[in-house]
Amino acid sequence: MTTNNEKNKIDSKVPQGPLAEKWTEYKAHQKLVNPANKRRLDIIVVGTGLAGASAAATLGELGFNVKNFCIQDSPRRAHSIAAQGGINAAKNYQNDGDSVYRLFYDTIKGGDYRARESNVYRLAEVSNNIIDQCVAQGVPFAREYGGSLANRSFGGAQVSRTFYAKGQTGQQLLLGAYSALSRQAQKGSVKLYTRYEMLDLVIIDGKARGIIARNLVSGKTERFSAHAVVIASGGYGNTFFLSTNAMGSNGSAVMQIYRKGAYFANPCYAQIHPTCIPVHGENQSKLTLMSESLRNDGRIWVPKKKEDAEAIRTGKLKPTQIKEEDRDYYLERRYPAFGNLVPRDVASRAAKERCDAGYGVGPTGLAVYLDFSEPIQRLGRDVVEARYGNLFQMYYKIVDENPYETPMMIYPAIHYTMGGIWVDYELQTSIPGCFCIGEANYSDHGANRLGASALMQGLADGYFVLPYTIQNYLAGEISTPRFSTDLPEFNDAEKGVQERIDRLMKIQGKRSVDSLHKELGLVMWEYVGMGRTKETLEKAIVEIKRIKKEFWSDVFIPGDGKDQNTELEKAIRLADFLEIGDLMARDGLLREESCGGHFRLEYQTSDGEALRNDEKFSYVSCWKYKGEDQEPEMLKEDLNYEFTKVQQRNYK
Amino acid sequence: MENKLINITLKVWRQRGPKTKGAFETYKLDGVSVDSSFLEMLDMLNEKLISERKEPVVFDHDCREGICGMCSLYINGHPHGPDEDITTCQLHMRKFKDGETITIEPWRSHGFPIIRDLMVNRTAFDKIMQAGGYVSVNTGGFAEANAIPIPKRIADEAMDSASCIGCGACVAACKNGSAMLFVSAKVSQLALLPQGKKEGARRAKAMVAKMDELGFGNCTNTGACEAECPKNISITNIARLNREFLSAKFKD
Ligand SMILES: Cc1cc2nc3c(=O)[nH]c(=O)nc-3n(C[C@H](O)[C@H](O)[C@H](O)COP(=O)(O)OP(=O)(O)OC[C@H]3O[C@@H](n4cnc5c(N)ncnc54)[C@H](O)[C@@H]3O)c2cc1C
Ligand code: SF4
Ligand code: FES
Repeated sequence: MTTNNEKNKIDSKVPQGPLAEKWTEYKAHQKLVNPANKRRLDIIVVGTGLAGASAAATLGELGFNVKNFCIQDSPRRAHSIAAQGGINAAKNYQNDGDSVYRLFYDTIKGGDYRARESNVYRLAEVSNNIIDQCVAQGVPFAREYGGSLANRSFGGAQVSRTFYAKGQTGQQLLLGAYSALSRQAQKGSVKLYTRYEMLDLVIIDGKARGIIARNLVSGKTERFSAHAVVIASGGYGNTFFLSTNAMGSNGSAVMQIYRKGAYFANPCYAQIHPTCIPVHGENQSKLTLMSESLRNDGRIWVPKKKEDAEAIRTGKLKPTQIKEEDRDYYLERRYPAFGNLVPRDVASRAAKERCDAGYGVGPTGLAVYLDFSEPIQRLGRDVVEARYGNLFQMYYKIVDENPYETPMMIYPAIHYTMGGIWVDYELQTSIPGCFCIGEANYSDHGANRLGASALMQGLADGYFVLPYTIQNYLAGEISTPRFSTDLPEFNDAEKGVQERIDRLMKIQGKRSVDSLHKELGLVMWEYVGMGRTKETLEKAIVEIKRIKKEFWSDVFIPGDGKDQNTELEKAIRLADFLEIGDLMARDGLLREESCGGHFRLEYQTSDGEALRNDEKFSYVSCWKYKGEDQEPEMLKEDLNYEFTKVQQRNYK
Repeated sequence: MENKLINITLKVWRQRGPKTKGAFETYKLDGVSVDSSFLEMLDMLNEKLISERKEPVVFDHDCREGICGMCSLYINGHPHGPDEDITTCQLHMRKFKDGETITIEPWRSHGFPIIRDLMVNRTAFDKIMQAGGYVSVNTGGFAEANAIPIPKRIADEAMDSASCIGCGACVAACKNGSAMLFVSAKVSQLALLPQGKKEGARRAKAMVAKMDELGFGNCTNTGACEAECPKNISITNIARLNREFLSAKFKD
């Protein structure tokens, strides 16, 4: 079945045949590039996170010439390094009934039936290879005493399929990919460009042929050409200013290719993570995630009585003084089957619901408890320490309270963006020769991502999918010689970038970049956050427009545009976050249903669960850029569920 | 959380570029919440500088949760500041007193030239890794993950070594500017695991040679690195590295 919606020309290029055979069939018939030709082909990979590093390393191993870019001073510092909890795979080592199909099914269901079946099935299929690959690289996954790999369970699943390395899984997986990348750098097949930021995509005759990037140390812009460009720049959660993302995480590369014709899919699907450390004050610069794995043993509660909550907020009562029968373990109460392990969107909304109703704790009332007293009693402090020691230490250093003695305080925060650049089955965007992988693309997670599935997707894309599919494209490019960066297309693109920088530098207004970004963040959290309505989304569009105007007329960037300039870097990113914020609100407004991370208060069941409208909204919204200050156009990729029965999600 | 505010004086190293001369500048900063992190305090300073139309202090940072290894800073004579087992981004202002003067410098070491202000160039670490910090296996060329059992004790020990975040505090702390703790952590992690063991000797030799070539000093076992490492990387790793290294020499 090739979903070819003639009217809108969205072609997902899904191969024919039964679900379980599509990928095998594809690989059997795709075009490949022979070794001699690989050497003649250049590939730019933007990003060194799990997706970018694994892709660059693998493409280098295959013999392509790879140029790999990142903003940080070393590829190893990409934001993926911060992932804590783990990575899923359908190994069924626990013999608890897991299978490729079940992982596929859980991901589709967890995504609230808004992902493309064929891509998700392939993801589940290659998940097992990832674990094998990482072990071979020397990733020190947690093990049982017998020497076999250990697993833990994560939200949205009833099997134990998550592999982990203490609370530092992302770090260990990224260091694995980074070491493979280092090996290729040594061999010369990958050239690393660290402290470089892509600022535009260069298109020649309709195909992606290079990028313009700014050397962040010298401040100069430079040109790079290639036969294909891969964007692996991560998610856009920092639109909200406060998020669990790293400070440098941004949506700029994604917006650059959007402005050049790549569709932006499902921008409104953003994930709010239920277990983050609450906001402490105005100077807060980011929010720290406490891994979801804590919900394996920790129990979430608020006081049953409002007066107890009030007394806690004013410091008159301590949580440990609240008797067992006066605690409301609201997740266990509302969702007996999944309890504390319901998916993230469900857990986040439930926390907000309790706090809004006046049962919140902490000085601001915007927090709930995550309590370890029961597991410490049941398992012993040692076992709890072995499982979560580093997370507890992290919490202690930030909050100055000891989670072994008093419950942690947590509150939801923006964490991950399921939306992103639209890609077809081959991970190619709507611009030929421009591919998009990892969190930057929209694929696989639908309207909500399950825990431990982003690492899986990033590595699946980079190690096992893109290195195949990109060859199907490059096979047609073997007779294309290397490009000179003196071509007029490069000139124009670089000039455009310079003009944008000059325009920003010339404003010389009164507002700092951060002050404007914080303002945008508040608008996003209030109006495009956990509970959206038509009114709030419309308000957001107006407010974002106002902030955008203020930004372009009153921002102040000190220093020189042609020198190292950290404020300019932030300003360039904020200019794009403002556009993303607008797209998120627009998309949320059109989607008159609730699904996964997109919760419209108007559309809920009588007991407050998300109410989908499959008849009208079972599609991917693909936004097409129409020019500065023009309304973007929305195209649809219809979602057809051939192999799963679409149901209302139920975690009760 | 206590919501207290303190006033502090900062002596910050400012240096325009690698070849220009640097100097300390003194700034007063009032009303800093003790619950804010050290880097949030620097954000406050930068906001203040920007409001005075001056250029902000340049420093490296990204994850702000102690894992990316991007932040650095030599604070009151200690890499990553006075608190133990944490990075600069995890340091909180409650560790400082009202009225205190805080001195902030970049990593100072031959191997890490200053780029600007508090930002240094640590690409030397990447080069050391490129010399041999990997298992030579291609994507796809692997066995079933559970085919080789690894005792939990060994896996845990490898994990401890693998916790290094590549921040460079060990180098900054060392009077010889040696990178031995960093190198030994990677060599140990891979030497402990059956997957990495086979190349152990070659790896140790290549990485140490690269380290020497890049101008890092010799290790004289002062232990300063271990004391300042935010991730508790133990100097027993250096002993293991020496064993691997000797066996490599032996084979030559
Ligand atoms: C705190 C935290 C914990 C998490 N825990 C888990 C977990 O336990 N399990 C799980 O599955 N997922 C987890 N996630 C999600 C997961 O970590 C991310 O989705 C995933 O790592 C993203 O990988 P990536 O390769 O797509 O992008 P990233 O790792 O974000 O990498 C982006 C790369 O792009 C580069 N870049 C960006 N823009 C540019 C530009 N313009 N020019 C040049 N380079 C650019 C950056 O320098 C970087 O190298 C977590 C996320 C967070 C925030
Ligand atoms: S050994 Fe410790 S101090 Fe040295 S780079 Fe690694 S984490 Fe930093
Ligand atoms: S900013 Fe990442 S470790 Fe400090």
